[in-house]
Amino acid sequence: MTDQKSPTSAPAAGSTDDAAQVAEFEARIAQGESIEPKDWMPERYRKQLTRMMSQHAHSEIVGMLPEGNWITRAPSLRRKMVLLAKVQDEAGHGLYIYCGTETLGIGREELVDQLLTGKAKYSSIFNYPTLTWADIGVIGWFVDGAAIVNQTMLAKASFGPYARAMVRICKEENFHKKQGYESVATLANGTPEQRAMVQDAVNRWWWPSLMMFGPSDKDSPNSAELIRWRVKRDTNDTLRQRFVDLTVPQARAVNLTLPDPDLRYNEETEHWDFGEIDWTEFHEVISGNGPCNRERLAARRKAHDDGAWVREAAQAYAAKRDAVTAA
Amino acid sequence: MTTGKREAGDGKRDKVGSSVDGWVAGARPATATSGTAENPFFEYLLRLADDRLVLGHRLSEWCGHAPILEEDIALANIALDLIGQASLLLKLAGEIEGKGRSEDTLAYFRDAIEFRNAQLVELPNGDFAVTIVRQFLFDAWDVLVLERLTAASNQSLAGIAAKALKEAKYHLRHTAEWVRMLGDGTAESHARAQRALDDLWPYTAELFLRDAIDAEAVASGSGVDVESLRPRWRQTVDQVIGEATLTVPKDGFAPRGGRAGRHTEHLGRMLADMQSLARAHPGAAW
Ligand SMILES: [Fe+2]
Ligand SMILES: [Fe+2]
Repeated sequence: MTDQKSPTSAPAAGSTDDAAQVAEFEARIAQGESIEPKDWMPERYRKQLTRMMSQHAHSEIVGMLPEGNWITRAPSLRRKMVLLAKVQDEAGHGLYIYCGTETLGIGREELVDQLLTGKAKYSSIFNYPTLTWADIGVIGWFVDGAAIVNQTMLAKASFGPYARAMVRICKEENFHKKQGYESVATLANGTPEQRAMVQDAVNRWWWPSLMMFGPSDKDSPNSAELIRWRVKRDTNDTLRQRFVDLTVPQARAVNLTLPDPDLRYNEETEHWDFGEIDWTEFHEVISGNGPCNRERLAARRKAHDDGAWVREAAQAYAAKRDAVTAA
Repeated sequence: MTTGKREAGDGKRDKVGSSVDGWVAGARPATATSGTAENPFFEYLLRLADDRLVLGHRLSEWCGHAPILEEDIALANIALDLIGQASLLLKLAGEIEGKGRSEDTLAYFRDAIEFRNAQLVELPNGDFAVTIVRQFLFDAWDVLVLERLTAASNQSLAGIAAKALKEAKYHLRHTAEWVRMLGDGTAESHARAQRALDDLWPYTAELFLRDAIDAEAVASGSGVDVESLRPRWRQTVDQVIGEATLTVPKDGFAPRGGRAGRHTEHLGRMLADMQSLARAHPGAAW
């Protein structure tokens, strides 16, 4: 979903790439041209895009699990349908971005394998548990909200297939956010138990949501290159600030408190100042020690392993059909 | 809203319970838990609604855990259709009953013995073969039922059926294709599909049982004579099963009782999960 770069960062602008080609490529980017799969691109650009897009796709898929946790317990038929449709949308996003990533020359099977072996990352937010129904509303509000801030930027990315995917997906994320916030507002105006439930969910999800934007700029060595290649347009901290500025008034509107004593409006900068993120927690979760990392991967692996015979059957059936048609 | 006409559910009470085979062994027909079927059309609508609610819920359990992403999406689609249909049918049932029960009250505040779905749909999902074969057997039946109900004298029911029929035809195409893929895929998928078919087959008998409630609905012009659907159902099912290189099981053991609130042990657990949150906060709005 967002840039959680791998710790190893290769030297910029591919040493094996032809300098003239790189120059021409960068000139195209500078002119705001869209790079398409068949165009020449530096190996490093291809790598970065593959990493970002596959991480994004994996996040959509793993993200189905925490919300899926409440589908069977949704408290009304309407909420059940809304949630099921939302999680289904996320599956669609994953599928769509996997297809986009395939245009860079890597198959879905290999990408999924990277996820299941722990080689590829996904957004760390999905390693937190959904403990109450209120989490579902708050995830729509915060997590889809943060995704929108990020994806609105990515919709202008230089790589055509990714930018187009973001335009389409962002429309649905907007819808998810609206539904999430509406659910939060209903709980905030509900019984005392419902109000307590939703405040607790806000307390738990706020900081992890801010972490979705990745490390702060001073610890984000990839950012400069990504911005030069117009893969990103803004830094992690800029996007994070945008999200905070958007969300604070929304929280106030429904009388919910964001769990940050340092949160205050800065007249000078015209932004909301906020407290320091717990970067230790951030790195712990990214390196596999969040509350649900193991469960999430185990659930994905189980679905994959249990489904192996089904995928084999579909392939065998298709092969028989092809043989019949060819005969 | 209501339906303009006075049809099923009005003024035909005396008939109920006095005719048609009492198929719950030794019991009076269809009255196991609802006292008497004082409102047979309400009962009839519950049957239609609960099949869909329970099956839709079962399908929704797959979300995030399906064998391929495309099937996460497809199963969620079918679940959404079924739960949507259930919601409309329960709303109508609540109106017909006239006691102020909403679709959510009916879904979340009835116990297992008050549910009227056939047992087939409440069985656990099992592996993907069980889920697909069950869905296929149900879809083949459902299309036939809905075709008839589009001509129901109750206009609301006819409208719901017309919308649902389009969805059910799509479901049937999808699940029939999967039955073919699994049956005619690998040795393992064939074996799993055949086992699923053998295990589920007995439960299909209940779909075609007819009792006083059905008779009442048929007489009022808003019901389906399910018994008469069986030959056409067999046609569809036999054809697809044949194409899938699977074998149609023999008829024999035929569990029954769901229509009268006599269920397997699985429904209670399913509802415990489904209803837990709503029941923890009675009166709350969501
Ligand atoms: Fe998404
Ligand atoms: Fe979303």
